[in-house]
Amino acid sequence: MNPAGFFEQVRRAWAIAKKDIRIYYFKGPVLIFGVFMPVFLFLAFFMGSRQLPLSFLISGLVGMTLFFTATAVSPAIFPWEGSAKTLERLASCPITIEAIVFGDMIASILFGIGITFVTVIIGLALGLSLLHGILLLAAIFLAACCFSAIGMLLAVPPTNVPSNIMMLSSLIKFPLVFISGIFIPLEQMPAWGLVLAVFSPLTYFTDLVRYTFTEAHYFPVLIDIAALAVFTVAFTVVTMFLHKRTMPKRM
Amino acid sequence: MTAVIHASDLTKIFGKSTAVDHVSFEVQKGEIFGFLGPNGAGKTTTTRMLTGVIPLDAGTATILGYDIRSDPVQAKQRFGVVPETSNAYTDLTAWQNLMLMGELYGIPRARAEQRSSDLLEMVGLLERKDQKVQAYSKGMKQRLILAMALIHEPELLFLDEPTSGLDVQSTQMILSLLRDLNRQGTTIFLTTHNMEEANRLCHRVGIIRGGKMVAIDAPEKLKTAIDRVHRIEVSFDHEVSGDALAGLAGVTGANRTGDKWQITTQNKDATIRSLVTFSQENSAAIVTLNTLAPSLDEAFLRLTQEDKP
Repeated sequence: MNPAGFFEQVRRAWAIAKKDIRIYYFKGPVLIFGVFMPVFLFLAFFMGSRQLPLSFLISGLVGMTLFFTATAVSPAIFPWEGSAKTLERLASCPITIEAIVFGDMIASILFGIGITFVTVIIGLALGLSLLHGILLLAAIFLAACCFSAIGMLLAVPPTNVPSNIMMLSSLIKFPLVFISGIFIPLEQMPAWGLVLAVFSPLTYFTDLVRYTFTEAHYFPVLIDIAALAVFTVAFTVVTMFLHKRTMPKRM
Repeated sequence: MTAVIHASDLTKIFGKSTAVDHVSFEVQKGEIFGFLGPNGAGKTTTTRMLTGVIPLDAGTATILGYDIRSDPVQAKQRFGVVPETSNAYTDLTAWQNLMLMGELYGIPRARAEQRSSDLLEMVGLLERKDQKVQAYSKGMKQRLILAMALIHEPELLFLDEPTSGLDVQSTQMILSLLRDLNRQGTTIFLTTHNMEEANRLCHRVGIIRGGKMVAIDAPEKLKTAIDRVHRIEVSFDHEVSGDALAGLAGVTGANRTGDKWQITTQNKDATIRSLVTFSQENSAAIVTLNTLAPSLDEAFLRLTQEDKP
């Protein structure tokens, strides 16, 4: 066994993911927040903006659910573990920083996908028909990877105070929701809004989900997939690089 | 002898302060090496550099033949760490913590389960293996941390103040386990404030002060090395002349204290031989004979210059 080998490190990343799920995700408040937060946001817009069709809003609901759940806990894991000194335990174990980050991403991906299925079921229960199921599955998986990388990117500042990171996280996440075509269709956005939307990975995911439920879309499907893939790779590489630099400052 | 830790010019700088300043030493295979120093001397920083938790700013550290900078995973795979602060996951049970460690060290599940059972039995926690660690006492947490550090049967064990603040029972259990582990071949690097612990446990100790290593030697040698003038306390079964004692080879002074004589000398061995000859020649049987070496505490204080008022 080569402990530094790629597959061995992936196995150890899986151990980190299982630990995260057990400690941070399988908690009543986290699960409730994961489901209720997007549902309430959706209801607020559904009640307040009756001219938008349910089929449009459901794609936003799925987008928000995945985005909020995949980035809900992961930014705070490093600060929590830093203050509890468990990060030091991990740092002295034969696992690379990249594998620790990857493990945290896996947990966040699984949590995001799990909760998002609940919202997809809500959409189906409300009478919407799913036209491209396989594409929706692929889009959810790809976007979950992308959003979990964003979650880990938010954890880069080397603070061990979780509230600092959560504040930063909210400051970035909420504006992103409003520029990503969730509540205002991309077609109705002003030019400056569209420019901003292009730089949000959530835009492409929401556009893809909309296509899977209604066949309507703003960008070509391949562009949506390619953009999500590029964002995923870029965010993953950057987050791993930055965590490697900032990790010693947490100790 | 093979060096399992080879530290050369280890340096760590935090801002404008040099926490560890070109520290060099070696720890041999099978040794219990005590790393002593006052608060803020650089003990924990050195240990963290050696265990790959924080990077070195200068120097090299080779652990079990692996450079901690270029091959950290290979090195970490072969040593275990018991930090000063308990860092088990308190939301997990003892069993789950050990299973997590097993996975992080790449141990097959069946082997990890067997090791976990054995280790929990050894540290007296088997009956409480399914209880969350948050309900554990400090001593229990520390014993669990030791078990977690041993899950992969490491060749080298780093311990940072492992008995600090523990009750007598936990302290004795941990010290006894360390002796047993060392007897079985595990090399131990022990950071401690407890001089008595270091004195009884360690084959050699290194003393660090202000980020610099000021002494490395066996505890007994360190104790004696700090005083060039040694003291011997002797008593005889009948009166002897102080002048006669003061005139013996190697003796630099003889003072009466109660029914004993306190002899000062620069050569302990020669003086003891002279005293025995004196006793035979004067038919004065030796009742007591004690060498009054300074304690490791005194050696430590002297070397760290904290005995000055």
